[in-house]
Amino acid sequence: MMMQMALRRVWIGIATMFVVSVIVFIMTSILPGDVAQIVLGQSATPETLAVLRRELGLDQPAYVRYFMWLGDMATGDLGTSKAGGAAIADLIGGRFMNTMVLAGLVALISIPISIFLGLWAAMHPGTWLDRTVTFGTLSTISVPEFFIATLMVLILAVNLHWLPSTAMLRDNMTFLEFMRGMAMPIITLVIVVSAQMIRMTRAGILNVMSSPYIEMAILKGVPRGRIILRHAFFNAIGPIINVIALNLAYLVSGVVIVETIFAYPGLAKLMIDGVQTRDLPLVQACAMIFCGTYVILILIADIGSIVSNPRLRHPK
Amino acid sequence: MSESENQNGNQNEEVGQEVIEQLDKFDELPDAPPKRKLKLSWIGKISTAIVVFWVVIAAIGPFIAPFHEMDMDGDDSFLDAHSNEYGTFYLGTDYLGRDTFSRIIWGARMTIGISLASTILAYLIGITLGIAAAVKGGWVDMGISRVNDAILALPSIMLGLIAIAAFGSSIPILVIIAGIIYASSVFRIARALGLDIMVQDYVEAAKVRGEGLWWIIKSEVLPNAAMPLATDFGLRLVFVVLFISSLSFLGLGVQPPQADWGSMVRENLAGLTYNSWAAVWPAFAIATFTIAINLIVDDISAKSGGSLAKKMV
Repeated sequence: MMMQMALRRVWIGIATMFVVSVIVFIMTSILPGDVAQIVLGQSATPETLAVLRRELGLDQPAYVRYFMWLGDMATGDLGTSKAGGAAIADLIGGRFMNTMVLAGLVALISIPISIFLGLWAAMHPGTWLDRTVTFGTLSTISVPEFFIATLMVLILAVNLHWLPSTAMLRDNMTFLEFMRGMAMPIITLVIVVSAQMIRMTRAGILNVMSSPYIEMAILKGVPRGRIILRHAFFNAIGPIINVIALNLAYLVSGVVIVETIFAYPGLAKLMIDGVQTRDLPLVQACAMIFCGTYVILILIADIGSIVSNPRLRHPK
Repeated sequence: MSESENQNGNQNEEVGQEVIEQLDKFDELPDAPPKRKLKLSWIGKISTAIVVFWVVIAAIGPFIAPFHEMDMDGDDSFLDAHSNEYGTFYLGTDYLGRDTFSRIIWGARMTIGISLASTILAYLIGITLGIAAAVKGGWVDMGISRVNDAILALPSIMLGLIAIAAFGSSIPILVIIAGIIYASSVFRIARALGLDIMVQDYVEAAKVRGEGLWWIIKSEVLPNAAMPLATDFGLRLVFVVLFISSLSFLGLGVQPPQADWGSMVRENLAGLTYNSWAAVWPAFAIATFTIAINLIVDDISAKSGGSLAKKMV
């Protein structure tokens, strides 16, 4: 039963990916108009236009082009960049790893912090500590990522001289140098991502705290800390897993800003450069990778909440 | 937070209660709807003042700013507060020697104006389609909902980047892109509210009375959906401000030399190393605006029992 439910979600995920690819394709290949015209610009003659159209396959109908494009994507042929004509797969390779390392480290640090602070705030509702956490996290989620990043640069790099203000990654760095170079982007992203997770963890626990069996435990005289750790936490795990996966998906948009501000050589920086030079094949490839990651993370969140909540496993 | 304030609120309520009872005789009816009175905590009041302040600045900014947004009258770039023969530079100068203070005032119009226009567009599209889907049902609902799911399945910044790569960047395009992207979440809320309302007894009664579809939408659905939608408008506006200023920050939104809070941060980032606050002030301006809106929304939904907050996630 659980397997069936999970499989159903996987199918929905695949269908979503399919629709996403259609959206990306329509927006980047059909709506901008004649790509051959854009590439050749003013100097185009009817003959060169026709030749380029044939080369790019633009003489085919749209749906044929879509399936050819999808086939290329699926087999790893991401096409060639408009600028310089380099193969996109080569451009992306190392940068994808860089982004994954950044996201992975951020997840590793922010998840324990968020669960701890969320639990802590939920244990003392209404105290100054809870208010500080609530106000701090609300403020963090309502400001742009670059505000946090700017503040961090001003405090940690300019005034205290602790960290470099840009992420410089070279080959053969020692581990310490590497961590110093990565510190600024990681700190910024941890703050941004944790804020939402702390709020949701706190809300999740407080939600469970209002159920009858917790009231029973309170009436029995169980101490509050024990109620939260032994009774409430395990029933809030489902929503919390869900929140974690959703917020890792939120990292997708966080990295776009953070990689730009710290000049971190990741995939998002590559994509922004692509958007600025209007290098459509490059943007297509990056967009598909980001959206794919996003859909997979949402899928994990869905399956996580099915596994952890028996009620979802047996829908009426 | 709410306990002490509730006590204060109750005292005030008791004083005003008699007056209100006299004013509104309908309250005596047994099935009168509960009174919706908007009482903000002091945090909510301060936040309202901040939001009103910025909206006023956005409206009259260019007339009160000491300098034009493009005047390069400062003695040098990235200076601290100083004055010269042209006037006083309260917050110092930016990377081209322009007055940061004046550019923030000019930028309010750009940032808040574009965001407001986008959010209103999002609401027009979202509510129209959402109510239509809820009222019509069937294949109309199916069709719109599926397309909407696909847009919601993508991070908004990704959609923004793809769209700008395809169409380039100008202010009308920014408004349309943000409007369409955020219409999808408005649609979801409007549709849910619409479905909720359409099964209520009073709608049933109106149908039996023989009222037309348009009358039901106008007189039953929209008034009942108005309050939750209005609160949601604030949240949506915050998202749009963040979206627009993030794009501007990436250099893909409002183009220089026009002042916009997001692009001002980007332009002056280099100044941070000279300990210039030219990049911090506009970021701070965005922060005060968005945090204030969020605090107001938080205040309102806390007072209305939290049921509203759940619908809006």
